[in-house]
Amino acid sequence: MDAWAGASIVGIGELKPERRTEGVTTLEILARVSRLAALDAGVEPGEIDGLLVGPQVGETPQHVPATVAEYLGLKPTMANVVDLGGASGPGMIWRAAAAIASGMCETVLCVLGNHRNPEAPRSPNRNPIREFDVPFGASGANISYALLMQAHMASYGSTAEDFALIAAAERANAQRNPNAIFYGKPASVADILASPMVASPLHLLEIVMPVAGGEAVIVRSAKGAGKGRNKPVRLLGAGEKVTHRAVSQAPSLTSGPLKPSMERAFAQAGLAARDMSLLSLYDCYTIMVATTIEDAGLAPPGEFGAFLRDAGLGPDGQYPLNTHGGQLGFGQPDLAGGMTHVVEAVRQLRADAAGRQIRNATTALVTGNGATMSEAVALVLGAEA
Amino acid sequence: MTDLSGLRTPGPTIIALTEPFWKGGEEGHLMIQRCRSCGRVVFYPRAICPHCWSEDLAWEQASGRGRLKSFSEVHKPGHPGWLPVTPYVVGLVELEEGPTMLSHVLAAGRPPKVGDTLVMEPTDIGGRILPAFRLE
Repeated sequence: MDAWAGASIVGIGELKPERRTEGVTTLEILARVSRLAALDAGVEPGEIDGLLVGPQVGETPQHVPATVAEYLGLKPTMANVVDLGGASGPGMIWRAAAAIASGMCETVLCVLGNHRNPEAPRSPNRNPIREFDVPFGASGANISYALLMQAHMASYGSTAEDFALIAAAERANAQRNPNAIFYGKPASVADILASPMVASPLHLLEIVMPVAGGEAVIVRSAKGAGKGRNKPVRLLGAGEKVTHRAVSQAPSLTSGPLKPSMERAFAQAGLAARDMSLLSLYDCYTIMVATTIEDAGLAPPGEFGAFLRDAGLGPDGQYPLNTHGGQLGFGQPDLAGGMTHVVEAVRQLRADAAGRQIRNATTALVTGNGATMSEAVALVLGAEA
Repeated sequence: MTDLSGLRTPGPTIIALTEPFWKGGEEGHLMIQRCRSCGRVVFYPRAICPHCWSEDLAWEQASGRGRLKSFSEVHKPGHPGWLPVTPYVVGLVELEEGPTMLSHVLAAGRPPKVGDTLVMEPTDIGGRILPAFRLE
């Protein structure tokens, strides 16, 4: 038996992203997407005995698992919040498998979602970023990632065009996903470079579009997984690392905690990045994909651009990258955005990715990233042989 | 130089522990903590040393000089209070003593570049004197 006792993903649910959801609550969204995942898995609600949820800022500040469990009519024997920003989704998957392997539960619902109502409350935060970054004019993630991108360009001579290739490739992949927010709206490298500068060197189209949405995944014990209607997708390896929160405290601006996370996941799986059928890489900004490609060892430091030009990033290419369009093409439903990379990997490994299926997809690398290249989770997923 | 004093921007959320940093900045001194147990320098100010967990941290005056590790010219600020002065520059300043802090990089005759030497410049931002930096 492996470390995860054969725990597998048996069901997925996804909502079509929306720009506005007036009057809708997070709980409604979580309920709808959980139902889809249970239907997909062929799991009855009463069989779900584990629940992992994300933070719900502004709606339910505390007691989130109990609030969600009550709403869904669940009485789990394992319930928790996973609070790793964009790495929360992938972080739920190994935690679910670990809870199953330890015997605490059999069937875990991992669910993230968000509404998107017009009023954006100003932050009540009282933490080091609020005290030491915000007063100088640095609020929000755009500036932090711009600082990472500028450092990469200064260290290695990478160009604006290198980064734009990522956004263009993911937009191209989104043209095969009717649910993507940018379906029917391709963007060329020239379009991306012509989009407004938000925080130099970061252009608007190198930044995810915020949307409402939800993603749910059901992880089940080896025993239960065999009973479902889908081909189970196995967790083969996982790695996690958290190094800092504020960009000023980052140990490096050009390499992140995904590097050791991926190394651990690959070592556990006995596989390497080049073996992967799909690269399902967290992509809040183009710079995040660039650094992940280099941290995965797919390109030497500073040379992600050359890798991208040769790789073939579509479903038929040598290194299919974010075939759902990535969050850059699909939209970012807040914390659920990180889970879109898990859901797409499961689709590909079940051969369910109609219109964008990778031929003979057997393994996928999924990465999650939170805060400013601070919170990292890497998963290696495999199709059942 | 752009006048930042009239901006309606959020100021620091000062607590007793961090007050020496902000007070020093007002008086033109960049104050940082040094751990008397392991000797390492700490920024931002903390209750314990993040390297060895000693509580024995002492304030000292830093040189106020540093190197620009990265920067961004901000066109669309995260807080609307900054809109009147866009584009403006924020940067990561690697202090001579070792730690990195984020700060405002004051407008100069030329755009900054990574590797530039910076000097602390107490600056009125939104009615508070904060430790900003200028190109040397």
